[in-house]
Amino acid sequence: MSKEVLLGEPFATRTGDRIPARETRSVVRPSRIKQYEPLVIGTFSVVFALTAWQLVANARIYSVLFLPGPWDVAQAFVKLFQTDDIWLDIATSGTEMGIGYGMAIAVGLLIGLLMGWYTRFQYALDPFVNFFYSTPRIVLIPLFILWFGIEMTPKIAVIFLGALFPIIINTMAGVRNTEAALLRVARSFGASDALIFRRVVLPGSVPFILTGFRLGIGHALTGVVVAELIAAKHGVGQLIAIAGQTFQTPKMLAGVLLIAGTGMLLTTLLQRIENRFQSWRPQIK
Amino acid sequence: MYDRSAKLAAKGVGIEYWLHRSKTLFTAVKGVDLAVRPGEFLAIVGPSGCGKTTFLNAVDGLIPIAEGSLTLDGREITKPGPDRAMVFQQPGLLPWRTVLGNVIFGVEAQGSMGKREAIDRAKQQIELVGLKGFEDAYPLELSGGMQQRVNLARALLTNPEMLLLDEPFAALDAQTREMMQLELLKIWSQTRKTALFITHDIKEAIYLSDRVIVFTRRPGRVKNELEIKLSRPRDLRVKRDPQFLTYEDEIWESIQEELAVPAERLMKGVPAA
Repeated sequence: MSKEVLLGEPFATRTGDRIPARETRSVVRPSRIKQYEPLVIGTFSVVFALTAWQLVANARIYSVLFLPGPWDVAQAFVKLFQTDDIWLDIATSGTEMGIGYGMAIAVGLLIGLLMGWYTRFQYALDPFVNFFYSTPRIVLIPLFILWFGIEMTPKIAVIFLGALFPIIINTMAGVRNTEAALLRVARSFGASDALIFRRVVLPGSVPFILTGFRLGIGHALTGVVVAELIAAKHGVGQLIAIAGQTFQTPKMLAGVLLIAGTGMLLTTLLQRIENRFQSWRPQIK
Repeated sequence: MYDRSAKLAAKGVGIEYWLHRSKTLFTAVKGVDLAVRPGEFLAIVGPSGCGKTTFLNAVDGLIPIAEGSLTLDGREITKPGPDRAMVFQQPGLLPWRTVLGNVIFGVEAQGSMGKREAIDRAKQQIELVGLKGFEDAYPLELSGGMQQRVNLARALLTNPEMLLLDEPFAALDAQTREMMQLELLKIWSQTRKTALFITHDIKEAIYLSDRVIVFTRRPGRVKNELEIKLSRPRDLRVKRDPQFLTYEDEIWESIQEELAVPAERLMKGVPAA
């Protein structure tokens, strides 16, 4: 950094020239292939793994029941979407996920911000947050079934509780991690607490909050599947459970694929949003 | 020294605070008497840890004083106000805001200017500090010197009665620091705002100021003061002027005395930092 200052600044000061941007001074321009490197290597490694899997499956040391190949799973996947039931399953699980996760975002954000901003509020809620975060919320499913039956409500409750705590904890951390120097500047200019919160604390917490959302997705999906495994009428988790119990291993793995795909899609989506909010951060690569 | 025309007047100012870790009362400064005249550029130098930055924070209203009185235009200072603006040692820029967004942050926090007007004036201010063309750059894309220009522009935009500068160039390399000193004087001469500048760099203090005040070691108070009778405008060559070197010697001696205080006086004082 200091070198750049030495070179750039005095000249610019004297002549009023625009200081050349850093990129133009880099000696080696990264090649185009380098840009797609992550994608290319990633694709190759997946293709390699699938091929290896297919070869082992083709050897038929074990039956399809024990070790279906990727081709079997793909066929089962296509067949799955030729039935009408799958749409009901997806709609059921999707609704549970949407409501549970949506509520977790709303409530988690609110509680996390309050706990971060008001120390006393944090003292009051810390025991509960710690208790629930360190307990697998899944163990509460029997209780939820007692309370809410075997329709969607107990699943929503499990999803909600699953996603809630990572969101609370990360949001709180975001508020707590506000840089002291920024707070000092804001106070020095006489900023009100409301303005400090809106203009300094909240924007600074965005990366943490989005990380919480992203972690929450994983917990929420776990919640969907496990809750439906235990007792459900419809849903993708239920489909996986029944396929497993009736020895339709390819179909079961097709269901797993559906869940995993959803998780990856949502996580990537959130990653995109995160990147948008971070456009001010210079690329490390 | 206590003339009523003083912009800033400190009388017997003492500042102390609790050190939570060692559970002791820490006296940063004690019995500070000084007056800053309207339009004057005053620098405070002193040995490291003598409480000069603490004193500046009190002038800004960020921390309370334990004793004495501290007035700006005759009004007691109790909290930050639009009549003062601080240029910080660490630039303290919002990393998600552009240069323009950061420069208007001061007036935005004060709520003293409409957004449109703030943006228009900020653009002029950015040009004044030599950052034209960088309005839309983000702080992390700027060098340390450029970040400090933003820091300065943010303070200037609030059009304060008094400018407070807390070692703003301490973290910069030697060449950049000299350029920034030159630029600061250029900008200051256009506005002639009363300025209180904290530094540990003796040359910097002499070069910029009308008067230099030397603080004793902690708890800091005014040890002596020196009128700097070098004509303005000053270019960087003035640093090799014989008169300049005489001032430098005098201040250096004064600070050396403080550093060479016998050990027993140290023991009686306050806990070491």
